[in-house]
Amino acid sequence: MYTALSAPLVIGFDYTRSLGPVLGRFMTGLRDRRVLGSRTADGRIHVPPLEYDPATHAPVTELVDVQPTGTVAGWTWTDRPLDGQPLDRPFGWALIRLDGADTALLHAVDAGSRDRMRTGMRVRIRWAAERTGNIRDIECFEPGVGQAPEQEIGGDPVTIMTAPIRLAYTHTTSDEESRYLRALAEGRLLGQRCPVCRKVYVPPRVCPADGVPTEEEVTVRDHGTVTTFCVVNVPFAGQRLEPPYVVAQILLDGADIPIPHLILGLPADQVRMGMRVAAVWRDRETWTYTPENIAHFRPLDEPDAPYESYEDHL
Amino acid sequence: MRRAAVLGTGQTHHRTRRTDVSMAGLCREAIDRALADAGVDWPEIDAVVLGKAPDLFEGVMMPELFLADALGASGRPLLRVHTAGSVGGATANVATTLIRAGVHRRVLAVAFEKQSESNAMWALSIQPPFTAPIGAGAGGYFAPHIRSYIRRSHAPGHIGSLVAVKDRRNGALNPYAHLRQPGITLESVQASPMLWDPIRYDETCPSSDGACAVVIGDESAAEASERPVAWIRATAMRTEPTFFAGKDHVNPRAGAEAAQALWKAAGITDPLEEVDAAEIYVPFSWFEPMWLENLGFTEAGHGWKLTESGETRIGGKLPVNPSGGVLCSNPIGASGMLRFAEAAMQVMGRAGDHQVPGARVALGHAYGGGSQFFSMWVVAAEPR
Repeated sequence: MYTALSAPLVIGFDYTRSLGPVLGRFMTGLRDRRVLGSRTADGRIHVPPLEYDPATHAPVTELVDVQPTGTVAGWTWTDRPLDGQPLDRPFGWALIRLDGADTALLHAVDAGSRDRMRTGMRVRIRWAAERTGNIRDIECFEPGVGQAPEQEIGGDPVTIMTAPIRLAYTHTTSDEESRYLRALAEGRLLGQRCPVCRKVYVPPRVCPADGVPTEEEVTVRDHGTVTTFCVVNVPFAGQRLEPPYVVAQILLDGADIPIPHLILGLPADQVRMGMRVAAVWRDRETWTYTPENIAHFRPLDEPDAPYESYEDHL
Repeated sequence: MRRAAVLGTGQTHHRTRRTDVSMAGLCREAIDRALADAGVDWPEIDAVVLGKAPDLFEGVMMPELFLADALGASGRPLLRVHTAGSVGGATANVATTLIRAGVHRRVLAVAFEKQSESNAMWALSIQPPFTAPIGAGAGGYFAPHIRSYIRRSHAPGHIGSLVAVKDRRNGALNPYAHLRQPGITLESVQASPMLWDPIRYDETCPSSDGACAVVIGDESAAEASERPVAWIRATAMRTEPTFFAGKDHVNPRAGAEAAQALWKAAGITDPLEEVDAAEIYVPFSWFEPMWLENLGFTEAGHGWKLTESGETRIGGKLPVNPSGGVLCSNPIGASGMLRFAEAAMQVMGRAGDHQVPGARVALGHAYGGGSQFFSMWVVAAEPR
């Protein structure tokens, strides 16, 4: 039995939020050290503001100022803040009803210790030193009331808010994929045959057609036939190769499903359906658990495969 | 089975960036138009069904949570549908099923995408560990299968460009379309850059912000409507794995089986003769002939002949994408529902300048994933 392989996978993007008329005014207010709430038809003031009245479904148009001070309506304490949370030291998570608002806002209270937190405590906003029209313009709340800092009108209305999102995963391979990757690290291409349909899958996987694990191991050759392909001319975010390049579907000799890989060693406009190709392996000392051990495929000095030999794999 | 009908449709003005509205505002622009078109108000809506493509496109997990108020879901059932690019169609079909099951009298279905909040090409090219870095977005995925179609059908190389010219000119007739290019020509399309050979720039869909909504009602709601409705004659959905040995990427089995089931349920024996207009999910122009075959409008290998003959233009035997289709507007999650809504608009006689004269029966079609999910419906001016 092989042990599974695992590796980190981090996905990140700086999303750009179009705020629209209501949230745009709210974020503009934060930049200017103002907090705005929205008034719904029942007279209640919501902070953060709602864009649509949950009872009447009408657009909410009236925004009113509320105070930068408020009362803790409920709380919990975190001893070990996570990356990306408002504070990097222990703090209270609190539902805070700002003076003038009817709903509570979830935010951090920099109380120093759990003992200083209580329901009903009075808190005030600590504004971020640099404000851009973002929910992070409220750095956190702190105990006390005191004098509210002056509002500062800071320029054009805010219409977009950048929201950086990072997702960190540990990607773990299946048993079938692990076998395939360990064989690749030894310079072999390993497939497995489905016990029901008898098709050879490279990489191996639970047979998608029959829903059963593949078991019988089959070593396939590192030669194959280009079934079809794309010439990638377009650059895009996150791309790891310089266009133009050819990505082909390659039906390895002995396999029943093609793998995608690069074709190099001839001009892109000379790549053909049916072309016979061979894997070009990187230097052995660089091999690891990845199909990137094969740098690309190159043309073989063989006649093209007849269309009929691969037409059922398109 | 109980009858169901489209009472009204609504859509946004689709643009590269709708930075004037939030996701909620985008949805409401379509919803408010659909309610007005249907002549109904919020108290008459019994349930809401929401569809959109993968959450990575906006980076909001389960947007139905924060959108619930804006979608009018307070106090009502709210369902979320996920079937990649076909989701707009699947969402309309789920709403139809709620009506046909007798659960509700009127259901609001809405679908959206706000592509400007991120980059779909990036989101579709995530590189997991232990794989080779060769993904190149949806174009990189579908271009090889288009090449296979051209080889298999012996279609002339300009067919994809003909579709692009037709759809972009149709889009110029549609006030909501993102791309409106009345002056486009075969020469200008063929002069545009080759992005994912054999797909040219002008043969690919734009990246759009947009939303679509439909109000679906039962027979009594349809009869209470003061305006013409679109009777839903049949719906169908089928799925297959993205990859399996022997998968036909050109003519996928799930699409063909869904179409066969759809025509049978609709009582249609000769689709080309009996369907007056078709809104087919064509994100890359070559998919028009491919789906014409997969849907059974022509035999395999002959779809391009219908395109080449001009019979898929407005005024032809089977106008395809009179709205301009996905090639003119592609808010991904909404694109399927736009096909369904535009089909309904045709048989309701409310398609404006892109109306197919006398359209009585129309197809709405969507696909998603790696030609994995298929959803479709047939709507008609008469219940049967």
